[in-house]
Amino acid sequence: MARLGMVIDTRKCVGCMDCVVACKTENSVPEGFNRDWITQKLTGSFPTLSLEIRSERCNHCDNPPCVSCCPTGASHVHDYGAVVLVDDKECIGCKACLASCPYDARFIHPGGYADKCTFCIHRVEKGLDPACVSVCPTRCMHFGDLDDPQSEVSRLLTSRRNHSLLPEAGTHPRIFYLT
Amino acid sequence: MFELVSTRHNPMIDPGLHVWGYEIPLYLFLGGFVAGIMVLFGVALFRGREAQRFSVYSDLPLVGLVCLSLGMLALFLDLEHKLHVWRLYVTFEPWSPMSWGAWILLLVYPVLLAGVLLSPPAPALWFVPGLEKLSSRWKADRSKVRWLGVASVASGIALGIYTGILLSSLGARPLWSSALLGPLFLVSGLSAGAAFAHLTAKDPKESEGLARADNAFLIAELALIALFLIGLMSAGEAQAQAAGLLLGGPFTAAFWTLVVGVGIVTPLVIQTLVLTHRIVHTRVAPLLVLLGGLALRFVVVYAGQYSHWPRG
Amino acid sequence: MTLAYPLSRRRFLKVSGVAAGAATVAASASGLLRAAAPERERGLRRVPTFCDICFWKCGAIASVRDGALWKIEGNPLDPLSQGRLCPRGTGGVGAHFDTDRVKAPLMRQGAKGGEKWAEVTWDEALTFIASKMQMIKAEHGPESIALFSHGLGGTFLKHTLKAFGTPNITAPSFAQCRGPRDVGFNLTFGEEVGSPERTDIRNAQCLVLIGSHLGENMHNTQVQEFAEAVGAGASIIVVDPRFSVAASKAKFYLPIKPGADLALLLAWMNTLVTEGLHDKDYVAHFGFGFEAFAAEIAPFTPEWAYPETGIGPEVIRETAREMARHRPATLVHPGRHATWYGDDAQRSRAIALLNALLGSWGRKGGFYAPSSMDVPSYPYPPYPVSALGKVDNPGRRYPFATETITTGIREATITGKPYPVKGWFAYATNLIQALPNEEETIKAIQNLDLLVVVDVIGSELAGWADVILPEATYLERYDELNVELFRQSFVALRQPVIEPPNDQKPNWWIARELAMKLGLEAYYPWKDIEEYLNRRLTSAGLSFETLKEKGIVLGPSQPLFFEEGAEATFPTPSGKIEFYSTQLKAAGFDPVPKFRRPKAGPAGSFRLLFGRAPVHSFGRTQTNPILHDMMSENEVWVNTNAAGRYGFKSGDRVRLKNQDGVVSLPVKVRATEAIRGDCVYLVHGFGHTSKMLRRALGRGASDAQLVTRYETDALMGGTGMNVNFVTLEAEV
Ligand SMILES: Nc1nc2c(c(=O)[nH]1)N[C@H]1C(S)=C(S)[C@@H](COP(=O)(O)OP(=O)(O)OC[C@H]3O[C@@H](n4cnc5c(=O)[nH]c(N)nc54)[C@H](O)[C@@H]3O)O[C@H]1N2
Ligand SMILES: Nc1nc2c(c(=O)[nH]1)N[C@H]1C(S)=C(S)[C@@H](COP(=O)(O)OP(=O)(O)OC[C@H]3O[C@@H](n4cnc5c(=O)[nH]c(N)nc54)[C@H](O)[C@@H]3O)O[C@H]1N2
Ligand code: SF4
Ligand code: SF4
Ligand code: SF4
Ligand code: SF4
Ligand code: SF4
Ligand SMILES: [Mo]
Repeated sequence: MARLGMVIDTRKCVGCMDCVVACKTENSVPEGFNRDWITQKLTGSFPTLSLEIRSERCNHCDNPPCVSCCPTGASHVHDYGAVVLVDDKECIGCKACLASCPYDARFIHPGGYADKCTFCIHRVEKGLDPACVSVCPTRCMHFGDLDDPQSEVSRLLTSRRNHSLLPEAGTHPRIFYLT
Repeated sequence: MFELVSTRHNPMIDPGLHVWGYEIPLYLFLGGFVAGIMVLFGVALFRGREAQRFSVYSDLPLVGLVCLSLGMLALFLDLEHKLHVWRLYVTFEPWSPMSWGAWILLLVYPVLLAGVLLSPPAPALWFVPGLEKLSSRWKADRSKVRWLGVASVASGIALGIYTGILLSSLGARPLWSSALLGPLFLVSGLSAGAAFAHLTAKDPKESEGLARADNAFLIAELALIALFLIGLMSAGEAQAQAAGLLLGGPFTAAFWTLVVGVGIVTPLVIQTLVLTHRIVHTRVAPLLVLLGGLALRFVVVYAGQYSHWPRG
Repeated sequence: MTLAYPLSRRRFLKVSGVAAGAATVAASASGLLRAAAPERERGLRRVPTFCDICFWKCGAIASVRDGALWKIEGNPLDPLSQGRLCPRGTGGVGAHFDTDRVKAPLMRQGAKGGEKWAEVTWDEALTFIASKMQMIKAEHGPESIALFSHGLGGTFLKHTLKAFGTPNITAPSFAQCRGPRDVGFNLTFGEEVGSPERTDIRNAQCLVLIGSHLGENMHNTQVQEFAEAVGAGASIIVVDPRFSVAASKAKFYLPIKPGADLALLLAWMNTLVTEGLHDKDYVAHFGFGFEAFAAEIAPFTPEWAYPETGIGPEVIRETAREMARHRPATLVHPGRHATWYGDDAQRSRAIALLNALLGSWGRKGGFYAPSSMDVPSYPYPPYPVSALGKVDNPGRRYPFATETITTGIREATITGKPYPVKGWFAYATNLIQALPNEEETIKAIQNLDLLVVVDVIGSELAGWADVILPEATYLERYDELNVELFRQSFVALRQPVIEPPNDQKPNWWIARELAMKLGLEAYYPWKDIEEYLNRRLTSAGLSFETLKEKGIVLGPSQPLFFEEGAEATFPTPSGKIEFYSTQLKAAGFDPVPKFRRPKAGPAGSFRLLFGRAPVHSFGRTQTNPILHDMMSENEVWVNTNAAGRYGFKSGDRVRLKNQDGVVSLPVKVRATEAIRGDCVYLVHGFGHTSKMLRRALGRGASDAQLVTRYETDALMGGTGMNVNFVTLEAEV
């Protein structure tokens, strides 16, 4: 059983937001809402500075509180790739999952249900990369099976220094940032 | 030091999480309040109090029924996908406190209903023929009454604790990540229940007993609040930062004046003075307690949403 | 003079239809079609075309789902996009949905600039325009009508106006953009850098970026290759008063004093020569006047440069050695928007000379030799020759100008000298934001008898128009073919993906109808553009059908570098790389660039700098709903300490007031460590004032509005715009 994840090279990322725009169009994310976004962390003082640019989204955690807190089962772990999804037909919009996510990765879609990054499961199941990954002009985003030691993502993680976001929150995120 | 810039701008999420407005705190308060009422009522059944006429206890189940329904209305109003609310009852999610809550609420209803049938309000007696006979036949059967008492206490405690667990299960909000939230909300519910009974009691003996009980609850509540804060302070960076919201942050004023000052200390003092007959009995104290209970839920829900893991 | 400037388009090669066919057959096996196949089922139509959100013209494939425009992606066959668009291109579909689009031709009611309009039919609008044009022609001659046209879409309007008889056709891309750079390189190598830039960033082992803020500047191929270079561990040197995204990838970040780049360049060259680190064979082989050059730059040591640039002598030496270490694969990027301080052609020439010392021109990891396919232009009757000649550069007072100068035409329009200009056409250019000193532009407009603006939205310039002609967006029209000079020669087709939502028309239709009304039928032998395109393509041995299906046809590759057999010719007067320029000397300019310190601003003021944000193109995308959602306003970057001194913090709203008292719209402060304390920074294109741009109106501040002063480049007439100073005023 695959465990899909992302590995993003912050050394290459330029923060251009193409990944955000592509998500908008691919998934018709309504105006004013973001499934993914860019975070820029600037450290130091002029002119000795360092900048980490990160393309962020739902981390499709191995231990997802958003799923366990859901009273209807609308939030669930998809059997393909262990992708965390929301079934909008089952969602009552109680917002527990929004409050339960340490990354604030979810929002309430104008349709009244919880929404977030789907890892573009509709593309992935067709053998395509997620829209954000396939559009990235710097090719700094990599997507694949973290359980397969031969996969590009696994090899990158073993060969390069990397970190995930808020590991201390204990959700076991599946997006990693190469530094 | 570092500069952090994010391009995300989601409603209810940015700049700070605020998914729950007045509905949820109100719901949590009413839930806890009803819990308190049920425990008191249950105990009263044991003590055979409902037997005597004009006892405040005999009215409690009806009040509980009404308040619980108001609470569920508030919960419903908070939902973003209202038409799908029935989804709560086509599944049971063992890991989801909300799911537990949904079902507990259903279990609570029959208990309260039974309580109402035990000493029905006058109008009901006119409209429903034979109701009088039924209830008196029940009253006669002590074991039935006791069982009802047990059920009432049990479901009351479950309900009260659940209102706290609902929040403390959401680990992403450091302020809520404390096992004491359940007990705290339960005790606060009990004091609110006692306060209400106190407020409506006609028999001075009863109200004195209730004031005494209430004081006990208030003292326990103070202790739990202290433990709750100490626990957060010592639990880690995120929790300590969260506690900071109440100990020198945006929510400090509301917390110390409304919740602690107005809601606990003042009534505690007043009621002690009343019980030691230094001042005449007043209904101000119980009113303040109810207010404080409501304020507690608001502060904890609002500050809790605002609390988050250190960003970086 | 012109002799010294043979267009550097000597590398044409004929491509037979067969060769092209072969190229595409090979290509059609690629991802594009496979990706398309499964989606065909779901009522999905994929139409190859090319992007027009900026001038890079990336090959793209638009998807239409159940009849509605859905998304646009890069065309994998296209060497410019390599299958990936930039964020603006990806958001390009928003241009179709933009609710601020002009829906029908508009004619001015009431005073100029009053923005009161009456909707008219195309026939009424064009009839009015044609008669006005004839009146102006009768009174002043056809030359008194000028066309400002930016981008490929202007091809047919240019054709109509040339046929009408005017030589005054221009674009801000010269005097407000890359003009100084191309002149500087032309004076040195006899060739331009061109667009797309002929830079081999991909293979550079050392990349020097002077200002060029790749990553914010999103010219697609450049950014993709930049990332490749970063990934390959190239040594990157960034010179910028602001800690740009590129700077964050750099091994060396040089936080230079604004305007001191030429001093740094001289010191670098001085170091290379005095330490003998330059490519001696290359210089000996291809160079002209090296000794004189060496003598000229001898005084400009790193120590001399230190106080001018604020960059320590050791850093200057270390970076110079770093460049030498990797030569010839050291690319000192020529930049693009070079109109900074008025000494820009000379600064660009210094960049050219530094590259020459490193031997990177014509070498792998430096500058490649571009080629384009030979697609014969449509056979038209010859254009009438103007007796008066061009109006922009009387007596060639800017002797090295290689293109028409927008601001020259503006000046003539104001002064009436050398002859009056009474009519302006503007195609896809918003002169109010593009040209420095808005006031002069408006003064010129007041002198006009006719201002026609062809645009998709109601720009500030459109606000001043007599007639606004609403064009169909690039997703809704055919256009001229894209036959560009690049690494890899190709021909690309833009074709309609979807119908225009209202009464908008494509440029070719507008230009043709106008020509008909002007009695210029002879110049439009073709009925519609498909006939035109078909004729051009078949005459090149290519198939219109193939292009409709694939969107692009590649020509065979050919040598890119001297070492691969690219011919090393330098069409300068000396036929060599001119380290010492006799033509400059003859014209009374420095034969070797010299540094002149830019004027300082009023005490307590900040120099106003500006640049790009990755999600917007100039001022043209702020009403695009998708891109607006990415960035709805700009912020003014102020150094944290400087901001603190004036009591401002991030998020505070301020107005910028420039040295001439011009005050901007309110804009949020971004107090940041990422910029020097002596300058502030705005992303260009915000602070719109046109009431027709509802979504963008009043959001952020416009740098253009604050650019009241400009330093004109004496060599070529470019307008240096980084010479304005502002103070911050709290907005209450
Ligand atoms: N996203 C996006 N990309 C674009 C465009 C767009 O509109 N949007 N436009 C395209 C076009 S037409 C052009 S011309 C290019 C322009 O792109 P560039 O040529 O890269 O831009 P410039 O305006 O020359 O440079 C802006 C940078 O120069 C720095 N700078 C300012 N003053 C100085 C100075 O005195 N010295 C030095 N060393 N640096 C300085 C600024 O801090 C900023 O980082 O971008 C192209 N790419
Ligand atoms: N202050 C300041 N001035 C600058 C610059 C700067 O950074 N700061 N940058 C300079 C540079 S590098 C350049 S290249 C120039 C760019 O200057 P311009 O080319 O004038 O660029 P924009 O300001 O974007 O104006 C483009 C206009 O074309 C319209 N348009 C867009 N698509 C279409 C279309 O399909 N058809 C038609 N008919 N119209 C269309 C847009 O709505 C917009 O009104 O500006 C220069 N001037
Ligand atoms: S598209 Fe790629 S480079 Fe651009 S912001 Fe996203 S991840 Fe970074
Ligand atoms: S990131 Fe948040 S929403 Fe996504 S799986 Fe983890 S907890 Fe759930
Ligand atoms: S909002 Fe929807 S998905 Fe989230 S917890 Fe409630 S029901 Fe589940
Ligand atoms: S994976 Fe798909 S849904 Fe998730 S951010 Fe990328 S594009 Fe959006
Ligand atoms: S660079 Fe971006 S905006 Fe410009 S043409 Fe290419 S995709 Fe379009
Ligand atoms: Mo430009």
